[in-house]
Amino acid sequence: MLALTMIRKLAFAALCLAALAPLSAAQAQQAAELQVTYSDGQFQPNELRAPAGKSVAVRIKNLSGKAMEFESHALKVEKVIPAKGEGVVNVRAQKAGRYEFFDEFNEKARGALIVE
Amino acid sequence: MLAALIIVFREVFEAGLIIGIVLAVTGSVPHRNRWIGGGVLAGVAAACLVAAFAGVLSQLFEGMGQELFNAAILGIAVIMLTWHNVWMARHGKEMAGELLAMGQAVAKGSKSLLALAVVVGLAVLREGSEVVLFLYGVAASDGGSALSLLTGGVLGLVLGGAVCLMTYFGLMRIPPRALFATTTVLITLLAAGMAAQAVALLARANWLTSLDRVVWDSAWLLSEDSVPGRTLHTLVGYTDQPTVMQLVIYAAVVLATIVLMRLIRAERKAPAMAAG
Repeated sequence: MLALTMIRKLAFAALCLAALAPLSAAQAQQAAELQVTYSDGQFQPNELRAPAGKSVAVRIKNLSGKAMEFESHALKVEKVIPAKGEGVVNVRAQKAGRYEFFDEFNEKARGALIVE
Repeated sequence: MLAALIIVFREVFEAGLIIGIVLAVTGSVPHRNRWIGGGVLAGVAAACLVAAFAGVLSQLFEGMGQELFNAAILGIAVIMLTWHNVWMARHGKEMAGELLAMGQAVAKGSKSLLALAVVVGLAVLREGSEVVLFLYGVAASDGGSALSLLTGGVLGLVLGGAVCLMTYFGLMRIPPRALFATTTVLITLLAAGMAAQAVALLARANWLTSLDRVVWDSAWLLSEDSVPGRTLHTLVGYTDQPTVMQLVIYAAVVLATIVLMRLIRAERKAPAMAAG
């Protein structure tokens, strides 16, 4: 029983360490920041541009009175932006192309990130 | 109305699958409904709380509060699921074989039920806060359309419940003998998938950017956003563009579960078991 408890504790300690170790090495390269505002069910501007092969951050300002969820399947991002709030999503380096994003709570609101 | 239905359904779908699995796993455990119901209610309450403080939460950790919060939730769920598997490896046979008196079985069973109730609560919390925010936004907007949107939202919830029941009854068709092995595998992959999702969230928060090369892109074959893609995403952690780190962590969780279960089984057979 004692041995079991020990094994269990050690194993979980190892698991936790494995999970945490990379965190200490966290680094945040400064990425170029793009801005977009959201109001009346529209993104402004509704086309953002970013260079290919570079990660960027997109800052979303939600001016409307409702929460929205900034989402892009192609970019693999989703983030709830509270009413009258703002948020940043990190977008990893992408190949050239057109990447659509939208408000998940109102899919008529659409825009795209154009990587070139 | 349809839009609201789809939005809400998409959010509760995942929780529905998870609750269905947990119901099947705990099929024979007494009082399980109380625990799982408690998990759901706690999850709903926590979701409302998180939604109410969404603004505060998102400002934490330099704007990455949501990502880190969700990653932490997934991390806890992974530990609970793994613990459940290991626990079942140790006590499953005793319980199934009714070697324990009923009272003892309940007392012992409740430990594992607590872990699973936490998993259920976390699943509801994670998806639920978005539903709450969405429905709140709907309710706050002007009258006429709000009612139809709310109807849609409620129907979405009902459909989510249907997914849960379908998962449960689907699993219950498996003969009892095979059910245990099936759910063990399911829960292991569920945990591994959640760990991989947590990795993706940490990467988004720029907290874990090592090994973030995308290994393959299978979106052409099975998009993560299609219904089968979403189902597999929840069940086994399918993602159409996994990174190296996601694959490493996925494999690590599966491996850790196998090793822990082996160790515990070996322990059970050893004489030390008498004391345990």
